[in-house]
Amino acid sequence: MRVVSSFLLVGALALMAFVGAQAGGEALLAIGLPYLAVAVFLVGITARVIGWARSPVPFRIPTTCGQQRSLPWIKSSPLENPSTGLGATARVLLEVLTFRSLFRNTRAELKEGGRLVYSADKWLWAAALAFHYSFLVVLLRHFRFFASPVPAFVMWLQGLDGFFQIGVPEVYLTDVVLVAAVGFLLLRRLADARLRYLSLVADYFPLALILGIGISGIWIRYIGKVDVESVKNLAIGLVTFRPAVPRGIGSLFYVHLFLVCVLFAYFPLSKLVHMAGVFLSPTRNLANNNRTHRHVNPWNPPIIGHTYAEWEHDYHDKLVAADIPLDGK
Amino acid sequence: MAEKSKEQLVQIDFTPPSGDWTDPRIDFEARKGSWSYPAAAKNLRYLGLPNPRDWSPMDADWKLPENWQQIIKDGLAERLAKYRSLKLFLDICVRCGACADKCHFFLGSGDPKNMPVLRAELLRSVYRNDFTMAGKILGHFAGARKLSPEVLKEWYYYFFQCTECRRCSVFCPYGIDTAEITMHARELMNLVGLNINWVIEPVVNCDRTGNHLGIQPHTFKDNVDFLVDELEGLTGIKVAPSINRKGAEVLFVVPSADYFADPGIYTFMGYLLLFHELGLDYTLSAYASEGGNFGLFTSHDTIKRLNYKIYHEAKRLKVKWLLGGECGHMWRVLHQYMDTMNGPADFLEVPVSPFTKTRFENTASTKMVHICEFTADLIHHGLLKLDPRRNDHRRVTFHDSCNPARGMGLLEEPRYVLKSVCNNFFEMPENTIREQTFCCGGGAGLGNDENMEMRLRGGLPRATAVRYVHEKHGVNLLTCVCAIDRAVLSTLMEYWVPEVGVSGVHELVGNALVMKGEKPRTTDLRGIPFAGGEVKPDA
Repeated sequence: MRVVSSFLLVGALALMAFVGAQAGGEALLAIGLPYLAVAVFLVGITARVIGWARSPVPFRIPTTCGQQRSLPWIKSSPLENPSTGLGATARVLLEVLTFRSLFRNTRAELKEGGRLVYSADKWLWAAALAFHYSFLVVLLRHFRFFASPVPAFVMWLQGLDGFFQIGVPEVYLTDVVLVAAVGFLLLRRLADARLRYLSLVADYFPLALILGIGISGIWIRYIGKVDVESVKNLAIGLVTFRPAVPRGIGSLFYVHLFLVCVLFAYFPLSKLVHMAGVFLSPTRNLANNNRTHRHVNPWNPPIIGHTYAEWEHDYHDKLVAADIPLDGK
Repeated sequence: MAEKSKEQLVQIDFTPPSGDWTDPRIDFEARKGSWSYPAAAKNLRYLGLPNPRDWSPMDADWKLPENWQQIIKDGLAERLAKYRSLKLFLDICVRCGACADKCHFFLGSGDPKNMPVLRAELLRSVYRNDFTMAGKILGHFAGARKLSPEVLKEWYYYFFQCTECRRCSVFCPYGIDTAEITMHARELMNLVGLNINWVIEPVVNCDRTGNHLGIQPHTFKDNVDFLVDELEGLTGIKVAPSINRKGAEVLFVVPSADYFADPGIYTFMGYLLLFHELGLDYTLSAYASEGGNFGLFTSHDTIKRLNYKIYHEAKRLKVKWLLGGECGHMWRVLHQYMDTMNGPADFLEVPVSPFTKTRFENTASTKMVHICEFTADLIHHGLLKLDPRRNDHRRVTFHDSCNPARGMGLLEEPRYVLKSVCNNFFEMPENTIREQTFCCGGGAGLGNDENMEMRLRGGLPRATAVRYVHEKHGVNLLTCVCAIDRAVLSTLMEYWVPEVGVSGVHELVGNALVMKGEKPRTTDLRGIPFAGGEVKPDA
């Protein structure tokens, strides 16, 4: 099964890191691979974006989700059907920041006699939003390892995230939400027969990987506590390009770090590129101003249809008989 | 009609089969009623399209060109380089499944490959195999499939089972538009001679005669004259539309079904009465006698080829601006493609309504106004004498046509017009109208008889919503602004909700319009008596 192989794969990766760290591969795991992964990520994402950007947008094809701007007394929808570039930018931001389209989601049910009813279904929206935002906060929180002194916004974020001050060290809300949301997205894929049918390894693997990252991260923070000082030294060393192989952090840390490296490297090769692609979607990022501003197709091919002259030639006698005026008459 | 009964049709199982979706096999014999006949060889020859031959999807051998795989691979490479939409949509889908139950064909059939995500995967799996590193290395494990004859047959089945309605695109978090995927898949299939006749024959007709129905100019005139006579009988007024007249202010372009068949002709009669009452200086054209564009269901080149006539004729006739009738996909082309493909229309003027002096700034570049925009503006300025009681025998709802809703945003104009011309207007449930409107089930060239079972299935979500307002509010008329709708919904209603008829918006305008010098009117444009007999205009 696709989900099983995905988890086995992540398990194998984790085991590789664990064994590697035990066997003295710290230099590779702590320095070599992180640099490689970040390089693959940056080069890969850039290449993907350039790849998309190299294909032109021959036609302006926004999907309009509200009233067009037409007559001045008819109220138009500037966000759902923007008529300006600014409006289109706002539409994309609304999509990226609030997952506007997912918020629309409905569930259709077939009742007796072929009656279809639709109800709002916000679960996917809520879980997706919770996942992406908690992932972002977790990522930003990690900046405390990379900068000394720790930037104020990271401190602030950390304070907010640990607001409830439960446990020692205090539990970050986003740690819990991240794992819960990813768990939900995974269970959703498994529980819904349709989703199970269409899901690929490429759908389960990132979920398993992120779950692995989350759980290993939680483990090393709350349970098998690692030497934070050494981790910080390593991180600072990496960002200042003076990396030193750390001593005695504990093998589980390398599991966490290695899975993160895998995620970075996997990112540009996979569906995860939707992060960058969403900004380029021609059905969302273009203004619906087609009739006011001509959109130019850079490769507009020279096609001429059946001309009037040819048509008149074909039907000359019938046009005369039907008393339809000919050209020039 | 379909061989299955209604009760059988609504036994829809949404549970996917136990196997793997990557198995492409389709039994065309068993699925008769759910696919369309291939294009006749003579039609491909006329258009210069590849591989004209006689064949049937039920044949084991589809008589493909020797190197068909290479042709499709090259065709896909070319399109990936030309269309960011295609490349991006093939790359970024996360298969979240939000689109799954948004497709009318999925809702009506339960066939999991009608989930937009899987429809796209049919092409995406081949793209993965030939164009992505993961697919090349990991193959089937990464969801890649080789382009086998079975995969191609599966494309034929499912890409001619998508009406390009774009409803899924509304719900997709990245705006992935299956219409775009389907259009490109159809282009690729065209390269090896896989097309359906219900699309290709109208294209041939349109290129040759000027309209999809193949109506030649003298018959065009006869049809118009017949409707003029009908109107004289109904109203006592002789309207006088002109054809191919040079120097008119406006060229008026309609979908050809409007002057060909019931119920479109009543919409056409509504236009003619309106223009006569206003004294609009307009002409029809027997050459540009089609606003619709089946090129949209064939290829981008074909869209351009057919659409070319409109600006070409406008220039020849030296009109000032263009007005377009009620048609869905026609307006997708006029709104989103025409100016790019065949513009700039710098020989025309920005449309100004001669009656209200409204300058249609929203058409400053294309110079083409939608009839509902034109009429809404007239009504808003109080220039039409309307008696909505003349539509009191109608309890009306409005079906947003896919393309004007999701490819333009024409939502309020037709509603404003309808509410001005009738007293009983009721909306269908909100998840079935406006940008969430459901397709009639027969767009994109699928409105043919051999595909009837799939049409009726695909139309089920729309029919269910109509039945709801029929039962709740006694609705008996489904209005729309689309010629394909008027044809397809008529069949659909007859099957699912026979108490409800279908009409265009301007048919109701024609009913309600109180004209100077009209004889006492006792019936609507169809000859159906008004509720309460003659309705005398208010003093």
